[in-house]
Amino acid sequence: MPSWVLSAMVFGPLGGAVLVALLPRRDRLLRTVALLTTLLPLALAAWLFWQAPQGEAGFWLTERGLWVPAAGIGYHLGVDGISLPLVLLTAFLFPVALVGTWDAVRTRVKEYLVLLLLLETAVLGTFLALDLLLFYVFWEAVLVPMYFLIGLWGSERRAYAALKFFLFTMAGSVLMLLAIAGLYLAAGTLDFLRLLAAELPQPAQGWLFAAFAVAFAIKVPLFPLHTWLPDAHTEAPTAGSVILAGLLLKMGTYGLVRFCLTLFPEVARAAAPFFMALGVVGILYGAAVAYTQPDVKRLVAYSSVSHLGFVVLGTFALNPQGLAGALLQMVNHGISTGALFLLVGVLYERAHTREMDAFGGVARVMPTFAALSLFVVFSSAALPGTNGFVGEFLVLLGAFRRDPGWAALAAVGVILSAVYLLWMVQRVYFGPVRPEVRAFAPLRLHEGAALVALVLAVLWIGLYPRPWLARSEAAVQALVQRVVSVGKTASPEWGGRP
Amino acid sequence: MVPWIVALPLAGALGNGLLGGRLGRRGTSLVACLAVLGAFLLSAAATQGLGTSSERAAHVVRLFEWIGVADFRISAAFQWDPLSALLALVVTGVGFLIHVYSVGYMADDPDYSRYFTYLNLFVASMLVLVLGANLLVLFVGWELVGLCSYLLIGFWFERPAAAAAGRKAFVVNRIGDAAFVVGILSVWGLLGTLEFREISRLLGEGGGALRGHPGLVAAALLLFAGATGKSAQLPLYVWLPDAMEGPTPVSALIHAATMVTAGVFLVGRLWPLFEAAGPVLGAVVAPVGAATALFAATVAVAQYDLKRVLAYSTISQLGYMFLALGAGAGGAAFFHLTTHAFFKALLFLAAGSVMHALHGQVDLRHLGGLRRSMPLTFLGFVVGALSLSGIPPLSGFWSKEEILHAARAHAAGIWVVAVATSFVTAYYATRAAVLAFWGEPADRHAHPHDPPPAMAWPMAGLVVLSAFGGFLGAQWAGAPLRAFLEPLFGDHGETSSVAGAEVAGAVAVALAGVVAGWWAHRARREPDLGPLGRALAAQWGVEALYDRAVVRPAKALSHLLAQRVDARVVDGAASGLADLVVQAAAAVRTWQTGNVRQYAAGVLAGAVVLFVYWVLR
Repeated sequence: MPSWVLSAMVFGPLGGAVLVALLPRRDRLLRTVALLTTLLPLALAAWLFWQAPQGEAGFWLTERGLWVPAAGIGYHLGVDGISLPLVLLTAFLFPVALVGTWDAVRTRVKEYLVLLLLLETAVLGTFLALDLLLFYVFWEAVLVPMYFLIGLWGSERRAYAALKFFLFTMAGSVLMLLAIAGLYLAAGTLDFLRLLAAELPQPAQGWLFAAFAVAFAIKVPLFPLHTWLPDAHTEAPTAGSVILAGLLLKMGTYGLVRFCLTLFPEVARAAAPFFMALGVVGILYGAAVAYTQPDVKRLVAYSSVSHLGFVVLGTFALNPQGLAGALLQMVNHGISTGALFLLVGVLYERAHTREMDAFGGVARVMPTFAALSLFVVFSSAALPGTNGFVGEFLVLLGAFRRDPGWAALAAVGVILSAVYLLWMVQRVYFGPVRPEVRAFAPLRLHEGAALVALVLAVLWIGLYPRPWLARSEAAVQALVQRVVSVGKTASPEWGGRP
Repeated sequence: MVPWIVALPLAGALGNGLLGGRLGRRGTSLVACLAVLGAFLLSAAATQGLGTSSERAAHVVRLFEWIGVADFRISAAFQWDPLSALLALVVTGVGFLIHVYSVGYMADDPDYSRYFTYLNLFVASMLVLVLGANLLVLFVGWELVGLCSYLLIGFWFERPAAAAAGRKAFVVNRIGDAAFVVGILSVWGLLGTLEFREISRLLGEGGGALRGHPGLVAAALLLFAGATGKSAQLPLYVWLPDAMEGPTPVSALIHAATMVTAGVFLVGRLWPLFEAAGPVLGAVVAPVGAATALFAATVAVAQYDLKRVLAYSTISQLGYMFLALGAGAGGAAFFHLTTHAFFKALLFLAAGSVMHALHGQVDLRHLGGLRRSMPLTFLGFVVGALSLSGIPPLSGFWSKEEILHAARAHAAGIWVVAVATSFVTAYYATRAAVLAFWGEPADRHAHPHDPPPAMAWPMAGLVVLSAFGGFLGAQWAGAPLRAFLEPLFGDHGETSSVAGAEVAGAVAVALAGVVAGWWAHRARREPDLGPLGRALAAQWGVEALYDRAVVRPAKALSHLLAQRVDARVVDGAASGLADLVVQAAAAVRTWQTGNVRQYAAGVLAGAVVLFVYWVLR
């Protein structure tokens, strides 16, 4: 497989953005060009997924070029079993979000599409970068288009939400930049593969881990750093919310796995109980707060806090099942929550409100939409047969092996997700049909197509997750081995074969 | 062949679901009914091939690896053994009859195809549950039947009560499910496998070295907690009475004959684990079952909604099954599961006929005198009620007799509760029959009549099964059912023949209940029970207690977290930090004067500081 595939995937959308910028302002044409552009990374990512070797732990496809040779800073992209699922998720969610919200944005369409395509380049770059400075550049590049997407096309409180999003993430970024500088001073390189072999002095490890961890924790977001998220999600335009929840939050969890765990294994091991606790708190707290939200989009936003808690819990269980579950749960959350935001978008297009009290009886008026919605809701509630179950179960299994108590507490989250999601379903979809709802237009073709694509993904991973698990298993096991074995021996695990 | 048993109803659900009624009513019902009939015939054929007790090993069909990471590997696999076979036959057999009944009952419903989609999906899910070869596949079926239950309880979702009842059922079940999941994790943590065959092998002969291991006890308790949710036992029974908001055939199939017995099935399926878990069966399962049996039976006495009477009766009868399991009599539990599926489905279908004839009327105070106008329905209800009461030679008599016998051998206290329940059962069953069918019609303008053939024939079939189904397990018939299940449960004292005096006593108690019920409610009277009656009608205050102790505090906590903690404290802290930055910035901004000389001074000062630092370093 040629290595230019990675660069083509990352910079294809950038090329598309330039093209869209140059084309005349004919919205239909611009949208079509943007959509076709996003199909290129999707095709390449699918090829990558198809060709991915199973049982190989390392980066099986890398691309290198010099960027700032004097400082040893390189242009270095690479894919392994940990980034591959997120790359495919990214390449999948962009066209789905574009199709699902085809003409939802009607003002300044050109700028909107250019920003979305720039965002795709930045997100893909973040997941593929193997040089920390390059990673930082992509990480920061994500911030700018997202800021404008929220600030220009958002709803009433968009200015506040955009600024809050920017400030929170920026605070983390500053810490990360300091940490990257510190890492360079300590190791003399920013190349990820060389860093793997570098010996870092002990006290520096702790500080560097903490700085990276805070930056990523804001992005995830981990309790109590999550309060930017409900505002940003709620005010963003639908496609923005889909990308924000589906992909941008994953940058945080990906960073935790890729850098915090891999580069500072001893610190990660020591900090694991703390992060598992934060994960469980996030699961329960997010669910409890979601329940009383009157705004359906805020409800979905807080559900993200809860679901990402599972990802963090699994990551820091530091065993293969927990980490594999966390990785799969990142993809699952992208699909399910992305789909949930699309649902809210469909409703908003018709009612121009997100207050749940304004709905009722939608299932009678839009039966196909209601059926697709139920698939999505139950995927988010981790019903067996959907993707959510496979990921959550593996996370719980991993957590249980580390400490049965955390797993038992996290299992309470399984109850709570049913509580708030079905409460939402009951208020929006069920009950007597309200007069405003009776006038709702039926589900449109592009909305249905996007939702069907997401539901098929839900069922694929729910019923046959093997292609996903098999492609990341070796990398997951190698990473766990590294974290557990560097330094002293691992703490004993509860369970396993007798 | 075994996977096809699941595939047929699943295909029916997919066909009707995707075509969404384009087949027409006749086509929809044909697809749905034939799919279940096909599954029944396949199950019967597979049962033929099973042989009897000689073949001990379960036949396992592995489809593909479902979830696999490192040392955790789980296949999508089905297993066929006597227990799966029995449940599959009950589910598809009774299921087929109720599908046919639904053709008549739902004939005028605008969402005809959606109904049959859900119903077929339910049968497929239930078959996944009973055929699963490991705990995780079983759990898939377990959750999917919960989903179907949710969808069917809330089938008429425009009615707020139906929508709320569906949600309540799902959420209460999820409480049990959370325990179930942790139970699954515990089993894997302890044994390193979730395959039923492996679990039996590792824990065979009483558990060996692991007998009474605390981890095993915890696992058994957690799994049993899951069972109390799905099988509506104390303390998680509260969803089942509300589930009566669903269409009545659904109540018959899901909330009486099949899904609610899943908890009983779970304990039966993990019999070696429960036996090895020391005191769990005797000290937890049996008392919970006995308490639920008596509790729900007393509540049934004071209900006026006919379907709710039957719902509490179901809870009570499920309690009997757990009582039997706890007493070590697995065979008796599954015998009663089978006969209960017949007679309780019959009672619900008869109730459905009444509702069909009287435009949904189920209030016993507004029924009455239906004996003459609906003879078949009357026959069905009376056969069902007498079978429920344990009057010989109807099916319920035989299975209840075995349970009472096992209870007596197990513990005197449990036995007393079981006998008392038998009396109360006969009482409320007779009361419901008298109030609905005797006396004068409450509404003189209604002209009720027996239902159309599509509903009448399934009822007739269940009348036969309820009347004679007991011979499946009757001692004098050689107890074929027990012989069939023998490889799983062994004998456990069930072979000791039941003494004549014991039978006579039990029948006397049941008859006394019938007579008391008749006497107290003859001519459709209602004796005033005073405060006791009010306590019974209010389920001894359980629902109110849950509302005060669980629901309202949880809502208040959620409000507190959302309105105060998250909006003020957590976000407040972050915003406060931001304000601090803004203020600091405001302070620093005053330095930006635009005066070049001032800037130059600043640069110089900085350079000096750096120089000093350099020199002193």
